[in-house]
Amino acid sequence: MISIQNLSKDFTIGNETLTAVDNISLKVNKGEIFGIIGLSGAGKSTLIRCINRLEEPTSGKIFIDNVDITSLDKESLRLVRKEIGMIFQHFNLLSQKTVYDNIAFPLQLDGQNKSQIKERVDQLLEYVELTDKKHSYPSQLSGGQKQRVAIARAIANNPKILLSDEGTSALDPKTTKSILSLLNRIRHEFGITVVMITHQMEVVKEICDRVAIMDDGKIVETNTVESIFRDPKTKTASTFINSMTNVIEDEVINPTDFNGILIRLSYLGNNANQPIVSKIIKQFDINVNILSGNINKLQETNVGHLILELTGDDDQIGKAISQLRSDDVHVEVMQ
Amino acid sequence: MIDLVLPSVLETLYMVSFSTMFSILLGFPLGVLLVISEKGSIWEKPMLNRVLNSIINLLRSFPFIILMILLFPLSKLIIGKTIGTTATIVPLSIAAAPFVARVMESSLKEVDRGVIEFSLSMGATVPQIIYKVLIPEALPSIILGVTLTIINLIGYSAMAGTIGGGGLGDLAIRYGLYRFQTDIMIVSVIIIIILVQSIQFIGNTLAAKINKK
Repeated sequence: MISIQNLSKDFTIGNETLTAVDNISLKVNKGEIFGIIGLSGAGKSTLIRCINRLEEPTSGKIFIDNVDITSLDKESLRLVRKEIGMIFQHFNLLSQKTVYDNIAFPLQLDGQNKSQIKERVDQLLEYVELTDKKHSYPSQLSGGQKQRVAIARAIANNPKILLSDEGTSALDPKTTKSILSLLNRIRHEFGITVVMITHQMEVVKEICDRVAIMDDGKIVETNTVESIFRDPKTKTASTFINSMTNVIEDEVINPTDFNGILIRLSYLGNNANQPIVSKIIKQFDINVNILSGNINKLQETNVGHLILELTGDDDQIGKAISQLRSDDVHVEVMQ
Repeated sequence: MIDLVLPSVLETLYMVSFSTMFSILLGFPLGVLLVISEKGSIWEKPMLNRVLNSIINLLRSFPFIILMILLFPLSKLIIGKTIGTTATIVPLSIAAAPFVARVMESSLKEVDRGVIEFSLSMGATVPQIIYKVLIPEALPSIILGVTLTIINLIGYSAMAGTIGGGGLGDLAIRYGLYRFQTDIMIVSVIIIIILVQSIQFIGNTLAAKINKK
């Protein structure tokens, strides 16, 4: 669906060149919700803006359905943009126009006639549950309602792709959830591919199928949300996930403070329901001390993290660890 | 007294209303051009932007009274004479046009950058962004700008009066100053004050009424 190849974007400020996007390649599949997560300043906003060329890439290519976006002239680009909806952190609604006129705006740009527009806008208003706010102005709406209007407006033209530039960052957790479920519904019902950038791990956990972690202009790791949570391949990714999930264990738990062997367990779904700890205590002659633990709820499944201190015979500890591994638990020995 | 004051009031209104209209016709498109041709804007034309800026600054640095005199030949060309209320409308409009351009430029610049970015993301053309986004979004501010222009032109027209344009300024000078008829001077000034106050009031009310932000 979307294929980004060796994309770079430099900004030149005075004599200094800042590379916001550094040779990124990634693929987004049709119909999936793809998240790009990173701290502010990681370059995610620049990256997503390159997809519809609100930012002109410095080098690299972007293909959407095998059409090279980067090679299009202004007029063709304008037409392609009609197939890519976009929502923003600060909604960007037209403040002097009613909810109705805001949603009608993209249809008016297309020169559709009044009755066509009315039919479509009413349908969209119903879809985002704002029919009663039809004649209100944006300033009279709450943040969540504003984003609903923005979403209705973004999908009015039946786009193939929806880009979300921190679409939930200005919203409270409850409203965020409702906006995310709306996006999820849109994806399922209209088959729109969603690319979203965010700095909120909750957003990724809630609806993304796959996620790319971005740091300092580069994609550190791309994987399904489950895998990246359970088993981050790179140090940056694991540090990132730990910091995002509020697991501050690395700072609190210093392995040298303990006599036993510290291990960090990560386990998925089914295992979360199994008594994996009591199993190794019973089977092997070891003592287990639980130091920290948490469970993260992802869309369909749970990912658990547990830090244990194991004391006892080295041989027994080794066997316990192999037992855990054979039970499909990811084990990392911390010292 | 009324026979003296009334025609002057009408002359002032006549000069101000027509010169407001013409100065907006000239200045508004210039203001739009200034905004859209700027670097990073929707119709980037750095060279044009620089030229426009220089011309506007140049025109605005002339003292109004000098500009009026310089523009007499133009009045002659358009209206056929250089003296009289109608002839004054030409230099008034041209003198106020760069002012209008600047006022409109600042109004249009108030429009949230994000809204323009959104319009671009929707595939809007440059004219569509100007007519459907920039102008409607800036309208309350534009109305205040027009109010400012009218009041400015009342001031300019008083000056223009002294070089043959007529109106309240002329009346105040001719009767109040040269003939020591202080009452005429006071009445003229009071009428100008009332005019300015009411126009500002109407402008503020209208802008507040249509502003949905």
